[in-house]
Amino acid sequence: MSFSISKQGEVVVVDVEGQLIVGNRQELKQKVLDELEKGEKKFLIDFSQTGYIDSSGLGVLVSLSKKIREQGGELRLANLNDDLQTLFELTKLDTLFQISDTRERALESF
Amino acid sequence: MSDAKVAFDVEIPSDVKYIEGVIELATRKCRELSIPPRKCSLNVRVALAEAISNAIIRGNGEAAQKHVRVRAVASDKAVVFDVTDEGEGFDLHAARPDPTAPENLMLEDGRGLFLMERLMDRVERFHSDGNVVRLTLNRE
Repeated sequence: MSFSISKQGEVVVVDVEGQLIVGNRQELKQKVLDELEKGEKKFLIDFSQTGYIDSSGLGVLVSLSKKIREQGGELRLANLNDDLQTLFELTKLDTLFQISDTRERALESF
Repeated sequence: MSDAKVAFDVEIPSDVKYIEGVIELATRKCRELSIPPRKCSLNVRVALAEAISNAIIRGNGEAAQKHVRVRAVASDKAVVFDVTDEGEGFDLHAARPDPTAPENLMLEDGRGLFLMERLMDRVERFHSDGNVVRLTLNRE
């Protein structure tokens, strides 16, 4: 499980390759914060390869969202499977994040 | 639970890197037991990951010499997961802020127990040769 970062126009796209859980959440956090420090403002996290996220993974997304907003940026999410969608609805985090069905739609929404 | 059978019984060191392997095993066993696929992929994976993570980090303080045991027993009616650590335990019924309340949505922590309770039919905690968190998932 790891994360790959690419740039599509002005948007930093993070692909989560596997689960986002207590064992790897700090790696994601650091990678995004490094990009934020370089001056990047628009972030998209793509979960097309992710089966589940635990509470610490959700917590990191909340924390990153807060830090990115503080810098005047935006964090959006894409490609949540049905389980992940349910998880965001259960925790009401679907009200906090802008979530798109596809990467393309997410990129267009910025 | 006279018809109950042990589905799996494993012990792992107190390191979060072992969680994913146990979750994969639990998901596979869950499917073999003909539990509805959605319950295997969402309810079991997330709730059990929370319980194991809690046992490793809070229960055992990630101490290398301490272990976490995860045992699953299946019957006609339910699957029961026992996650046992070497810690003192915690009060399952202590008042906790609702993580879904608007004023708490931006908090980084506080969703673990909430998810266990929402995704399982019953969550219990007791002492029996260690601190046990028991998660019960009904088949129906």
